[in-house]
Amino acid sequence: MESVKVINGMKPILELKNLSVSYTPGKNAVDNVTTEIYPYTITAIMGPSGCGKSTLLRAINRMHDLYPHIQTTGEILLKGENVLKMDAMKVRRLVGMVFQQPNPFPTMSIYDNVLAGYSLNGIRLKRREKDEIVEHSLRSVALWNEVKDVMSKRGSFLSGGQQQRLCIARTLAMRPEVLLMDEPTSALDPISTNKIEELLLELKKEFTIIVVTHNMSQAARISDNSMFMYLGELIEHGNTTQMFTKPKNKRTEEYLTGVFG
Amino acid sequence: MMEKMSTLNRLNPDQKSSDRTRKGKDKLALGLVCFFSFVAMIPLFLILWDVVSKGYKNFNLRLFTEVTPSSMDALLARVNNEPIPGGILNGITGTLLIVGMAILFSVPLGLAIGIYLADNQGKRFTKVVSYLTDLLQGMPSIVIGIIAYAWVVKPLGSFSALAGSVALTIMMLPMIVRSTEETLKMLPGAYKEAGLALGSSYTNVVFKVLLPSGFGGIFTGILLAISRVMGETAPLMLTALGASVVNWRVLEPTSAIPLLIWDFYNDPNLVDLIWSSSLLLLIVIFLLNWIAKTVARKWKV
Repeated sequence: MESVKVINGMKPILELKNLSVSYTPGKNAVDNVTTEIYPYTITAIMGPSGCGKSTLLRAINRMHDLYPHIQTTGEILLKGENVLKMDAMKVRRLVGMVFQQPNPFPTMSIYDNVLAGYSLNGIRLKRREKDEIVEHSLRSVALWNEVKDVMSKRGSFLSGGQQQRLCIARTLAMRPEVLLMDEPTSALDPISTNKIEELLLELKKEFTIIVVTHNMSQAARISDNSMFMYLGELIEHGNTTQMFTKPKNKRTEEYLTGVFG
Repeated sequence: MMEKMSTLNRLNPDQKSSDRTRKGKDKLALGLVCFFSFVAMIPLFLILWDVVSKGYKNFNLRLFTEVTPSSMDALLARVNNEPIPGGILNGITGTLLIVGMAILFSVPLGLAIGIYLADNQGKRFTKVVSYLTDLLQGMPSIVIGIIAYAWVVKPLGSFSALAGSVALTIMMLPMIVRSTEETLKMLPGAYKEAGLALGSSYTNVVFKVLLPSGFGGIFTGILLAISRVMGETAPLMLTALGASVVNWRVLEPTSAIPLLIWDFYNDPNLVDLIWSSSLLLLIVIFLLNWIAKTVARKWKV
């Protein structure tokens, strides 16, 4: 667990300390996870279905708050500040999330979808600022050239892959510190998947990205560090290349070689 | 056992005759369904035919611009074989006033309850509210009229448009609650999560994402509720009472189209106006239903 890649001696942006999440009391879906995530890296969370990958991810931006029966204990420090004690709305502005199914808001135009974070937070912007944010966000997800002439069309007018990039642009527009992605390509075709993967490699220059994936080759292609989870526990967290070539834990090795999972 | 089943499944030549009876039964059933749906349509067409053929005579501009004539004027016109002087302006304005206020009361209230129910499934309080809503939906309108009488007419000491609106509000409420709840429940949870994940407050997600996304269904529900109470007579008799002049004051007795129809029925001299008033009411209600259908189709998310 010590081999997490440290860039230029940077401090971790995110620290998880004894984090547990349970849907039913006494049964932890995420069990006592402690680890660190460094800025400007892509971390892939892998593991078989039901191992707690998404549950862990959703704890970081407090999505579990929506469901009162879910209990979260431990600490999540974002730049040293405990996320679990902060205002949930502030947390979610600092930690953006992209979901498995592309979900642009159906009543909003493409333009308004990019700005949804601002309008939903009641932040008023001048026309010029809006245009700037929209263009910059859409350019950073490589969607600008495809949609610049159809800005007023509904978000659902786009293809699945474009919709997902629109959703990423919507999240980036808020300039979050960390970007959480819950299997962002599992509903997409290979070409769209490829585009999103290229995009992530581009985005890590500005953001810290954590991506849940059940696609091992995707994890190998894009991530700097990988976490392997099994039955709610974090089994191994380390440099991706090292983990795929010389896993330390037997479980990890078995999963990566397809013995189970 | 296995052997027996396989012989049963195999098609044998003797089965041709039973095939024919099967097809015959199928045709018979289809014929009956078509026949009965045709029969069910007959009353509707008869009603339309009756109302249109009897109502078109007095369905003129005067119907919309003049108030109800006195019984005497109508009698004189009838004797001279002229059309009845006067219209139902007081009823039209009254219906607008009473239903308009009922919309103002019931829409915000119904939306709020519907949003609450959709978002708090499984809680005990939700179940209670949900059950009460169903009860309210089945409540006889005359009972609601009596309640509004006791709540509003008695304390204020006078029949009024306001009392009528309260009665109609109670009638509209369960319909709006249900359509809001059902529409919101059908929206994918992903919209709500996506909104909240952007750091939005719950209120903003409701007003800027969920309600606009469910607009089609909710608006349709509201329109259907309006068209439902538009023709209500019984609760208005006990609350708005009726008036022979145009009244815009909410605390005074006010007429409404269905109330006038009842008045006309009781006055042999004015009986001809029943049909044109009914025709107007039918047209408005058909129009509302048509708009509701169109909106529901166009605004599908």
